[in-house]
Amino acid sequence: MNLSPDNIIYWQLGFFKLNATIVYTWGLMLVLVLGSKTITRKLTTELQRSRWQNLLEIIVTGINQQIEEVGLKNPRKYLGFLGSLFLFVAMASLFTIVPGYEPPTGSLSTTAALAMCVFVAVPMFGIEEAGIGRYLKAYTQPTIIMLPFNIISEVSRTLALAVRLFGNMMSGTLILAILLTITPFIFPIIMSALGLLTGMVQAYIFSILATVYIAAATRAREPAAEADTTDRKDNNHVN
Amino acid sequence: MDSMTLIAIISILTAGLTISIGSIGPAFGEARAVATALTALAQQPDASATITRTLFVGLAMIESVAIYCFVVSMILIFANPFWNSAIAQASGQ
Repeated sequence: MNLSPDNIIYWQLGFFKLNATIVYTWGLMLVLVLGSKTITRKLTTELQRSRWQNLLEIIVTGINQQIEEVGLKNPRKYLGFLGSLFLFVAMASLFTIVPGYEPPTGSLSTTAALAMCVFVAVPMFGIEEAGIGRYLKAYTQPTIIMLPFNIISEVSRTLALAVRLFGNMMSGTLILAILLTITPFIFPIIMSALGLLTGMVQAYIFSILATVYIAAATRAREPAAEADTTDRKDNNHVN
Repeated sequence: MDSMTLIAIISILTAGLTISIGSIGPAFGEARAVATALTALAQQPDASATITRTLFVGLAMIESVAIYCFVVSMILIFANPFWNSAIAQASGQ
């Protein structure tokens, strides 16, 4: 019973191991890149467009709208990073329909890598938008005593991103594997559908959390004139 | 009893206790979150997009605590370092 696709090794040359995680990640990359290339080969703005182009437009404008709703002023700039995060994790979970497929996000290596990407991207976008001085000053924001706690919270939320995605994906595949040995007929199909649902939700959660972290880092540090999502000083306390 | 048996007993016991006690808190938290979100939706239906999105983000954060407990219990059962080293010692003798 292997806990992650890291343990399925297809080929080995000394130190370098070609395990199932790498192979399925390459397969996903191939599908995503080739699919986008073929769909966007004949882009048109006519009323009659291919349904695949329609699908891609729905996805792109949907992600754009979500980024804007969270409070990032120029969503196009972040669309590449956040859209890729969402699409990769969503596709990785969607392909569990294909038999014999192990989602690469079910391995802690992949989710840790994705979380490290977010960890690096947040200061990068923050410094690009707000400048180094203002970005670093935000760490001492309520008082200077909060500086170690802010740093710890940065690290711990990255860890939480990785473990959350890993735990959800791994538990889905593990439950399926266990059920297949106990009641192999109808119940695994239901659990597989549930796994698909949680995979999509986790993809959305991952990208929305990355968006919220980037928005918190790039937001102007004045207390007034804020975006609508996080109300630290709202004057209508509903409780 | 020898150390291998002791390690096995305590690992299995702890794995079961971890996941069972660890999912009580998040379950209560998620129930309260959804109840409050439903109240808010009933009071202001036109803010439903924001409320729904915030609800899902909040549920994911609450759920992560249960996921941590699950990961710990899985490690205890399947990737237990003490069990592996005890097996290595026993087979090495």
